[in-house]
Amino acid sequence: MKNVDIEEVLLPGVGLRYEFVNHRGARVGVVALRDGGFEVALYEGADPDRATSSFDLDAQEAEALAQILGAPRISERFADLTREVPGLAAGQVELRAGGPYVDRPLGDSRARTRTGASIVAVVRGDDVVASPGPEEVLRAGDVLVAIGTADGLTALTDLIDSA
Amino acid sequence: MEVSTALLLELGMLLLVLTVLGSAARRVGLSPIPLYLVAGLFLGPEGIAPVPATEEFVDTGASIGLVLLLLVLGLEFTVDEFAVSLKRHRASALVDIVLNATPGALAGWLLGFDAVGIVALAGATYISSSGIVARVLGDLGRLGNRETPAVLSVLVLEDFAMAAFLPVLAVLAAGGTWWQAVIGAAIAVGALTGALLASRRYGHRVGQLVAHPDPEQLLLRVLGLALVVAALAELVHASAAVGAFLVGLTLTGPVADRARAVLSPLRDLFAAVFFLAIGLSVDPSDLLPMLPAAVALAAVTAATKIATGWFAAGRDGAGAPGRWRAGTVLTARGEFSLVIIGLVGTQQAELGNLVTAYVLVLAVVGPVLTRAPLPLVRQ
Repeated sequence: MKNVDIEEVLLPGVGLRYEFVNHRGARVGVVALRDGGFEVALYEGADPDRATSSFDLDAQEAEALAQILGAPRISERFADLTREVPGLAAGQVELRAGGPYVDRPLGDSRARTRTGASIVAVVRGDDVVASPGPEEVLRAGDVLVAIGTADGLTALTDLIDSA
Repeated sequence: MEVSTALLLELGMLLLVLTVLGSAARRVGLSPIPLYLVAGLFLGPEGIAPVPATEEFVDTGASIGLVLLLLVLGLEFTVDEFAVSLKRHRASALVDIVLNATPGALAGWLLGFDAVGIVALAGATYISSSGIVARVLGDLGRLGNRETPAVLSVLVLEDFAMAAFLPVLAVLAAGGTWWQAVIGAAIAVGALTGALLASRRYGHRVGQLVAHPDPEQLLLRVLGLALVVAALAELVHASAAVGAFLVGLTLTGPVADRARAVLSPLRDLFAAVFFLAIGLSVDPSDLLPMLPAAVALAAVTAATKIATGWFAAGRDGAGAPGRWRAGTVLTARGEFSLVIIGLVGTQQAELGNLVTAYVLVLAVVGPVLTRAPLPLVRQ
């Protein structure tokens, strides 16, 4: 995966501006305001310095947009990872309220011993707990990101979801 | 406690007049500052509506407004922003001072002002209005533009330059000699450096000192601290404005963000009173004779500011239209030029009249001018 060159410029008293050129040559600017809001802008036309067709996002809207853009990206990255190792797959399992491991430490599930799949991250709302330890207490609504064989992942889903 | 009906009534009416003027100005995309000044001009003993009962409040409120203007300004900036701006735009700051203070000093000399008047006028033509410029940039959706960091950097450096300049002026205005002025400036620069270091190293401690989950407590603590420091600064002739600015600078991070949120409405109220007080102190009939000089000075210093912005934005690689926008947006003068007059204006009526007229012109022309596209270039 190639890295995107993001230029960061300080806007004293206002916030920060990030800027990059996308694969089709369009310049995209994001102004992160002090109050948590954002301005997203394109630079086009005769005057390359002027932000045109910009729109504002408040903190909540920015969060929502980040989730739309970010969620598929995270699973894609895992997909990239597993593609390199034949036989390995990545999957996600959500903890439903009332499940057997809600409010219990991850270690109690003995997931790896029983299914062979490794839980590599717990996504909890906006937070991601990377490589959670066995003492990590699971909550209803957590999404477990796991890597294993296809069978292992199915077994994990059954284990976590079992009533 | 006795409730003064006259005071409440007059003050209420006054604020209502200001809100009508302010919203009218906002509607056409102008800063309300010039209209507050005009309101002040037409009120008072010689104006269309004398407001005797509020006189005392306006006087007191103006001092608080001055402190709040500078305190909130200080809260907006961080040390890093100053350091980055200084690194990148030192040359722009130099061009800014040379091009914009010189016409003011020359005009003061031509008009026969004394040393205090010349220094004050140089400061008044030098400093752009951070308040008006920041507002215009936001309103016109220019925050993402390439020239905008240069504009904001110039503003930050100007505001810091004021912290050294105001004490010099304060000492001179108080009848001090040049070496006392130098000492005053040295104290201010020392305090500024101290505040910057303190904010970098102990900023979170000071923050902890005033931080409180309750907004009311936070408001009282920050405002109390700012007023005390401002009074102490005034005591050593370093100007109350500088003291308040230093308090604002020292606070950083989340405390500064929260303090800004609770103080901003208060700042808006008392800053309006401050502009009103400046207007009240000027007699409109004295203003007219000063108008030609003010317009000429405005024309010259608008051109020099455009040159400054042109230069600064060029350093950031902006093209001609961007450099024009940077220059024109900086032409607005406002609160700081008036702060300078607030410092010396009481002794020099002519100077006060000139700068009030000057600010009236440029606070209106600046935001209008920057909406106009670069002449001679097809867009």
